[in-house]
Amino acid sequence: MNERFANAWALLPAYLSEHVVLSAAAMALGLVVSLALVIAAVRSERVRWPVLAFASLIQTVPSLALLALFYPLLLAISELTENALGAGFSALGFLPSLLALALYSMLPIIRNGVTGILNIDGALVEAARGVGMTDWQRLVRVELPLATPLIMAGIRTAAVWVIGAATLSTPVGQVSLGNYIFSGLQVQDWVSVLFGCVAAAVLALVVDQLLGAIEAGLANRRPGRVAAGVAVLAVGIGAAALPFGGRAAAAYIVGAKTFSEQYILADLMSAQIRAAGGTVAQRAGLGSIVAFEALASGDIDVYVDYSGTIWANVMRRTDVPPRGPMLAEIGRWLEERHGVVMLGALGFENAYALAMRRDRAGELGIATIADLAAHAGALEIGGDYEFFARPEWESVRAAYGLRFASRREFESTFMYQAVVSGEVDVISAFTSDGRVAANDLLVLADPAGAMLPYDAIVLLAPLRARDELLRRAIEPLLGAIPLALMQEANYRVDRDENKETPSAVARWLAGEIGVLAD
Amino acid sequence: MSSAPAARGQPIIELSAVRRVYGANVAVRDVDLAVWPQEFLVILGESGSGKTTLLKTINRLQPQDSGDVRISGQSTSAVVEHELRRRIGYVFQRVGLFPHMTVAENIGITPQLLGWDGERIRKRIDELLALVNLPSGMAARLPSALSGGQRQRVGVARALAAHPSIMLMDEPFGALDPVTRDTLGGEYRLLHERMGLTTVMVTHDVLEALLLADRLVVMRDGTIVASGTPREMMNDTSDAEVRKLMDMPRRQMKRVAAMLDARR
Repeated sequence: MNERFANAWALLPAYLSEHVVLSAAAMALGLVVSLALVIAAVRSERVRWPVLAFASLIQTVPSLALLALFYPLLLAISELTENALGAGFSALGFLPSLLALALYSMLPIIRNGVTGILNIDGALVEAARGVGMTDWQRLVRVELPLATPLIMAGIRTAAVWVIGAATLSTPVGQVSLGNYIFSGLQVQDWVSVLFGCVAAAVLALVVDQLLGAIEAGLANRRPGRVAAGVAVLAVGIGAAALPFGGRAAAAYIVGAKTFSEQYILADLMSAQIRAAGGTVAQRAGLGSIVAFEALASGDIDVYVDYSGTIWANVMRRTDVPPRGPMLAEIGRWLEERHGVVMLGALGFENAYALAMRRDRAGELGIATIADLAAHAGALEIGGDYEFFARPEWESVRAAYGLRFASRREFESTFMYQAVVSGEVDVISAFTSDGRVAANDLLVLADPAGAMLPYDAIVLLAPLRARDELLRRAIEPLLGAIPLALMQEANYRVDRDENKETPSAVARWLAGEIGVLAD
Repeated sequence: MSSAPAARGQPIIELSAVRRVYGANVAVRDVDLAVWPQEFLVILGESGSGKTTLLKTINRLQPQDSGDVRISGQSTSAVVEHELRRRIGYVFQRVGLFPHMTVAENIGITPQLLGWDGERIRKRIDELLALVNLPSGMAARLPSALSGGQRQRVGVARALAAHPSIMLMDEPFGALDPVTRDTLGGEYRLLHERMGLTTVMVTHDVLEALLLADRLVVMRDGTIVASGTPREMMNDTSDAEVRKLMDMPRRQMKRVAAMLDARR
């Protein structure tokens, strides 16, 4: 517990500073755009309705989806500029997060600004014209000052929202306090999740109080207080931005998706690259498709994916070929279509499989999916968010004639808990998952071979295809990690007692397979 | 309309065939009106008669839909609106002091817009506070800390700040108690004379109009129905309704006198 807390604490400067810089930049951008829209909306009724409707519409999009949507959008724009100007930009990380959060901040500022200005006593507006103000002078000297209390209230609401929603920028590759939450959720490290939540909440409270002090200073005509509040905010943002700007650029960026195995392998590869003499940064917690797009566009240099995932999600294939030919086809296709290099397989598979509690399977006399088919009508199945949309779900149902009484979807951590507690009878487990062994689950055999193979494969970005250092660092890992070893490694992170951190397990794993450790 | 005093040279304000329409409602119906330098003209009328709209066409707070407004011979449609308004003082019915500005900032707003330097503005504010009989200690207060009468004194000072030669006043004392109203009216009439101002004031109060005006015009349904000096208007007017209006103060005075006699 203390070690987990110490780990979380050590990460705080990096996570907090990125979170602060991201939130501040998003607020600044959102504020400038919002005020411009407010001014346009109060001057013209024709503009007002669309502006307010647009801001409300943005708010109805879940913030996670808004963040996710900006990645493909920016990727397309980046490709356009690449073709037109010869220079693209990173569509991952800071930029999509900035734009999505800035959009997200706009509704309260716009709505309060428009209301605040339109509700000003008409006599004052006429007086402003009567004493000889131009439209602009009236706005700056009368309307904006009188609407300031409402606008400040909107800014405070927006700041709290943005700081909260910024935790969701982790899956698009932006480091934030959300990294505590996403990685903690995956490896069931509740200390980390709680740490991330509390840190974000404290940050939001502090910022809200500072903005409140500025608001009070404005209302009471105390320029000193306003200046003090602004100064404290500026110093805070400046302090956060310092390490941000001064950070040495890492030569290699290792990507990881959002589960324990990926964190461990990213740490293992990072250690190998460092040992070979390279500098490394990680983009952890990437969404599955985001990770591949990021590699193909060169935002990350190397990560581990799975043959079945590439086959079904990237190549959009629906057939289920045998293992060897499938790997060869994937390697050829990646090279040809994206210039991505499949360096090789690590030696284990992390496939989808159906699993049940061992005692329950024993009671029903189930050992294979074929046995399961006879009982399925009375059983409930739980899957992760992807499983029921994947081709192997179709193929396994067709091959065995499976008909379940009902199905439910879970975040993978909760899916395991659901089968353990008996809420569901069968789940879509992962074969290398430590939680299969940890929870004494039985993986049902697949005699018909209906499930896709999911060999763990190392992929290199197109620009790293001939990178000697990277190849030298990663090649010792190829074929070196058998399934039992990966399960043990995952279990060390996922178990409830004596939990270890992914980086500690990566060191242990390096020792087990006999490569250099840190 | 023959009663305009002759031999005063050019009119300083000249309205010809001014018309202002709100939707289907004609607020001002092709009005001709000339105001002479240093004249105190009162426009008298019921609410809805178009008197305030007519006043506002003079500094283009309400631009006319047709017709022409000339100030010192120059058409107001040919000048930049906000520059026109900085040259003309305007006192509002609902005072319209800016609540987030101090008394001094309110009074100094037009000079500031004109780009006067700070020292000159400060001196002018002191002068004006004295002129409208407010203690200089009020300069730093917010309008919310003032009484109704004090606020309208500030309103008058603000209108006078940039040395306008024309003052437009829209029922300026209408919301005040009768005593304050009478005092402020009298004081303003003295300022008007001392400073050689040209004043156009709108009111629906007959007595106030009679006591302050050099000349009265009476408006009904967007047109001027009678015009003349207070004495002329009290004595001979052909319009029955105007006569009734003008007789009212006299009737009231007779009743008061009768009441006083009866008590004796």
